[in-house]
Amino acid sequence: MPEIARRPALPAPGEPFPGVAVTLAPLPAAARFVLRGDLAAVAAAGNAFGVALPSRINTASTLGARSALMLGPDEWLLVADDTSAPDATWALVRALESALGTVPHSLVDVSHRQTAIRVEGHEAALTLNAAVPLDLCEEAFPVGMATRTICEKAEIVLWRTGPRAFRVEVWRSFAPYVMDLLSAVSQENVPD
Amino acid sequence: MLLIRCPYCQTDRPELEFRYGGEAHVSRAQDPSSVPDAAWAEFLYMRTNPKGFHVERWRHTHGCGRFFNAVRHTVTDRFLATYRAGEPKPDLEALAREAAR
Ligand SMILES: [Zn+2]
Repeated sequence: MPEIARRPALPAPGEPFPGVAVTLAPLPAAARFVLRGDLAAVAAAGNAFGVALPSRINTASTLGARSALMLGPDEWLLVADDTSAPDATWALVRALESALGTVPHSLVDVSHRQTAIRVEGHEAALTLNAAVPLDLCEEAFPVGMATRTICEKAEIVLWRTGPRAFRVEVWRSFAPYVMDLLSAVSQENVPD
Repeated sequence: MLLIRCPYCQTDRPELEFRYGGEAHVSRAQDPSSVPDAAWAEFLYMRTNPKGFHVERWRHTHGCGRFFNAVRHTVTDRFLATYRAGEPKPDLEALAREAAR
């Protein structure tokens, strides 16, 4: 197989961008899959993936480094943050495919389609709300909620991982745009 | 900003997440080649275009991604109802009466 040099979409992980009251951090590479299917596919995939897939739309369930986000009535985004070892992603693909077997489903590897940014800090929701039109107060958007939405001109998946922490999943060609936008906002958001 | 209730997400979501999809309940003939030209032209081009309540398709593009149907007033932009694709067309007069109360 030819060697293909990968150009990172964002600065190296572990170099957080310090805003005024929010930190923006590009996250390390992860394995990601989009699963479409019915209840039988959901049960089989949950067993192989290690996290029961959520059954309530726009919610996420997490166990360790594995998370499943229900983004549509028959659509789940599976995120595995523990696949840095060589071939770990392929091992996961094989496990999912053998568990799903002949159950009708669609499983697409989107690991390299998107990248992730952690938005954390006292003003995380306020910073995101400069570009995201959803109500991000904790009553309307509680911890564990995850949904596709928009961030100005880019489509993102927004996932609240803590009261003051969000994970933004964004397609890699939009990632610098979203990062720059949120960085600019984070510099302006000076709390009184 | 206009808020639209997605019948799949079951929450009110900002209009920026949606795309309009034209009039709803316009069904394509099972066998188009047997349809006379006039009726085919009717299916392709003619729409009700009312000034008032209109039953139309919307897609929650930047959300759950699903198509659904909605009843919207074409002058005031008020949404009376949204419902899942495949469900029957609601009684518009009853909806309008209820909304007027
Ligand atoms: Zn929706």
